[in-house]
Amino acid sequence: MLTFTLRRLLLAIPTLLLISLVIFFLVDLAPGSPASEIPLTVPAEVRAKILEAMGVNAPVYVRYGLWLKQFFYIEPLYAFDSLTGSHYAEGMQRIISYQTRSPVFDVIVQRLPQTLIVIGTAYLVGILIAVPIGIYSAYRQYSLFDQFGTLLAMIGFSVPTFFSGTLFIIIFAVWFGWFPTKYDTTLNVTDWASFWKQVRQMTLPVMTLGLANAASISRYMRSSMLENMGQDYVRTARAKGMSEQTVVLKHVLRNSMIPVVTVIALGIPSIFGGAIITENLFGVSGIGSALIGAIHANDLPMVQTLAFIFAILIVLFNLIADVLYGLLDPRIRYD
Amino acid sequence: MTDATVVMEKPASQGKAIWQQFRTHKGALFGLIVLGILIVSVVIGPFLWVPEKLRVAEAIMLKNQGPSLRFPLGTDQLGRDMLSRMMAAGKVSLAVGFVAMFIAMTVGTTIGILAGYFKRLDGPLMRLTDMFLALPLIPLLLVMVMLFRDRIASIIGPEMGAFALIVFAIGVTSWMQAARIVRGEVLALKEREYVLAARSIGAIPRRIIFRHILPNVVSPVMVAATLGIADAIITESVLSFLGLGFPPDFPTWGRLLFDGLSYMQIYPERVIWPGIAISLTVLSVNYIGDGLRDALDPRIRGR
Repeated sequence: MLTFTLRRLLLAIPTLLLISLVIFFLVDLAPGSPASEIPLTVPAEVRAKILEAMGVNAPVYVRYGLWLKQFFYIEPLYAFDSLTGSHYAEGMQRIISYQTRSPVFDVIVQRLPQTLIVIGTAYLVGILIAVPIGIYSAYRQYSLFDQFGTLLAMIGFSVPTFFSGTLFIIIFAVWFGWFPTKYDTTLNVTDWASFWKQVRQMTLPVMTLGLANAASISRYMRSSMLENMGQDYVRTARAKGMSEQTVVLKHVLRNSMIPVVTVIALGIPSIFGGAIITENLFGVSGIGSALIGAIHANDLPMVQTLAFIFAILIVLFNLIADVLYGLLDPRIRYD
Repeated sequence: MTDATVVMEKPASQGKAIWQQFRTHKGALFGLIVLGILIVSVVIGPFLWVPEKLRVAEAIMLKNQGPSLRFPLGTDQLGRDMLSRMMAAGKVSLAVGFVAMFIAMTVGTTIGILAGYFKRLDGPLMRLTDMFLALPLIPLLLVMVMLFRDRIASIIGPEMGAFALIVFAIGVTSWMQAARIVRGEVLALKEREYVLAARSIGAIPRRIIFRHILPNVVSPVMVAATLGIADAIITESVLSFLGLGFPPDFPTWGRLLFDGLSYMQIYPERVIWPGIAISLTVLSVNYIGDGLRDALDPRIRGR
């Protein structure tokens, strides 16, 4: 297992380097120049100096090398410094956003909590809805509940989130007025009243994303349960006279959770990146909306860094899912 | 050769058998009917429903109308007839879905067959597939559209430019599943006796691939293709929804929804119509894919 993990980790390095190359060069082709963000009132020679200080005149391979160094060496060093209060990274050039002229990672650190709270809750809610529904649909296969659940799941992953989210806004925010239409990022939770406000403004985005996630996870749960329900050990357990509850919730559920857990792990990168639509629709200023804003504003370092972080997360959670599968299922041997 | 003395009963053709199985799947049948209606109405509809020509002043007077006999779905903020806009948008949306799926399947099948059949290509091509699977697609699609929109528009015009760019971008970023499926199938098919027989009489790889392997990977590719249409339509509407898709005078359903968002509170129907159209299309395509998967699987068929 350990050798497998190590080998996969080593294999991930060239993959990630290649991805970083693709992302960097594709984004670097962008037609907009960083000069367009500098006000026209700035004199030409000052403008030239600003551009030179930003390092945009250097050849592309120099900038790529610098970006890699900043991403993998300087930024982690800065994070280490700010955690321990040391001064190793002092004076080193960090990745600077064209838009805000501040380090890209500072923006990410500011934005990340919003994304994690809203999108993370949505993912959790999705799992909590999906697992019981999947179990019960499989246990009562072809029952009314199962057929209704199948229909709902099919609708759940056919209706795109930008439409379901809009519908929820129209129904629950405009017609009934139960929830606000926009998410207020500046709200600080200090007491019960503000906490209640936070819950209310989170409801619609969480519902939108949670339902979409629940639809696919409940399908996996159902088919995985069905696969195990017909196994011999289930008959043995029943023959031993165990209660249905023990058979289903202990014997079958544990084995059925193995593929579902890996599917859940594979979906985690989308918590960080895939929620672009929901964040945009509800005005949650998290990572996804930072990316869209950066794309519209030609903020190349921001787009490159964010896209590469998403790629790292995808590769990492693929690896985690594979390792989890091996750990949870003793029948799987990688070596 | 002597004449056969026993007249064998002609076996039902494969197509018929597949249709028999497909018919038993209620959802798939529903999907086929709904998709059929949608396609017919966006293709033939514009001939049956010709919006009246309005002068600009009249159109401004008639903006934001509710549904009426004159305008069955009302008019938008510029006095344009929503029904004909919906039909025009549907044609583009469906075309994007089909063409992007066709590109994705062509690329995916080619890469899958090359990787499965030629051992030397397997490693590099599968690494390439893994790399594409790890790319964050929506951000990259957005960047690609932003990068090349103006350049392509200046060559072949803004409308065809947007279409070609988006279809191509979606196509080259969604072939990976098909490639994996095809590669798996080819790896198994390659070891079968009839392929060995073909090779032993001296058939060259190209002939083996086109005569013996390709026909046998058609059914998994068809299922992947059906689901690919749904994915392509959703991806296109996501791009349009984020404002980086089609121009407003050459709309798709996603673009209409995006345009309707600003009037969501007063005229919610302008968001609901295109939304329902997208959802119905994707839902029916998904059901058809489900039914096809069952119908094309000989282990399920005939039971």
